[in-house]
Amino acid sequence: MSEVNLDRRQFLGKTSVGLAGLAIAPGMMLYDFAHGRAAGEEASGKVRWGMLIDTNQCQEGCNDCVTACNKENGLSGGTSPTDAQWMRKVELKDMRSGRTTSLPVMCQHCAEPPCVDVCPTAASFKRADGIVLVDKHLCIGCRYCMMACPYKARSFVHEPLHDQKPDVPRGKGTVESCTLCVHRVDKGQQPACVEACTKADHKAILFGNLNDPESDISKRIRSVASTQLRADMGLDPGIHYQGI
Amino acid sequence: MKTILFILLLAITPMWAEAGIMPKLDIGKGGKCVAEPQWMRKNHMHVLLHQRDETVHKGIRGGKYSLADCVDCHASSKNNSVLGSNENFCQGCHAYAGVKIDCFECHSNKRREIAEVGK
Repeated sequence: MSEVNLDRRQFLGKTSVGLAGLAIAPGMMLYDFAHGRAAGEEASGKVRWGMLIDTNQCQEGCNDCVTACNKENGLSGGTSPTDAQWMRKVELKDMRSGRTTSLPVMCQHCAEPPCVDVCPTAASFKRADGIVLVDKHLCIGCRYCMMACPYKARSFVHEPLHDQKPDVPRGKGTVESCTLCVHRVDKGQQPACVEACTKADHKAILFGNLNDPESDISKRIRSVASTQLRADMGLDPGIHYQGI
Repeated sequence: MKTILFILLLAITPMWAEAGIMPKLDIGKGGKCVAEPQWMRKNHMHVLLHQRDETVHKGIRGGKYSLADCVDCHASSKNNSVLGSNENFCQGCHAYAGVKIDCFECHSNKRREIAEVGK
């Protein structure tokens, strides 16, 4: 009896070790996902960052996402034609029904970005994980990308700047736009606007990996009707909107 | 012969420094650098240039040669910056070498903890 029990215990012991190993492997993957890439690891094409903005949840008059964006990236918050604006709140009104819609518009992080096509110095580029950025070391300030962008998402820095954020270098004579808070995303955090919207309890912006069929954003895009702004242009933006 | 030259060099070096020819730098916190100081004097621009492309285009973070890390260590204890006067780490040596620094037209020249609170 005791011999049988011993075998049984050994068998159970070995099996449980094996099972624990299996259980840790997917757990580790989830852990890596939630905490960004390891130091020294490249951004990968397996990920495509995107957002789903629910305009039904987005509150008219609320500007929290824009304020958070300005604070995070060290923007002045001014709205004159020469001030840099990375994100704007847009109010739409259907004249026939009188229905109003409020939504934030920023760089749409297109899969086929026209700003990248026109850039003469390859300063405007798309990262492997779908984030469209400007390499300001290469930007000559020609502003072709601003002309090419159908979403009016980019700004030119007209004046010398001081006291920039250490994570967000910005300078006169270069074009800039929403970076999807790339410095935060690389650390495994959410963009500042998403965090602010969640904090305001509106939860209108969902951020995540469009390439992962099991991510919250992919599941929701599968289950509710959403669209991209000017989807007819075939640029395949990473920002999706629900309720417009 | 080599020894004599070396002793001569040792004897002469403080004279340059005392004569005010060499820049007098406030090296901030200082401490152990990511590479030999003499090698860094010669090569810092190359490693910064290399790592900037890796970071901006490929998204590789946490590299050894980060400009923000340079500033964190070498910002002056007086104004928490690597710029400001010819005693400040970056400005002092660049003024001595007669080379313009473009980095800080866009990048923060202050210690991270100060720059984050400052604005």
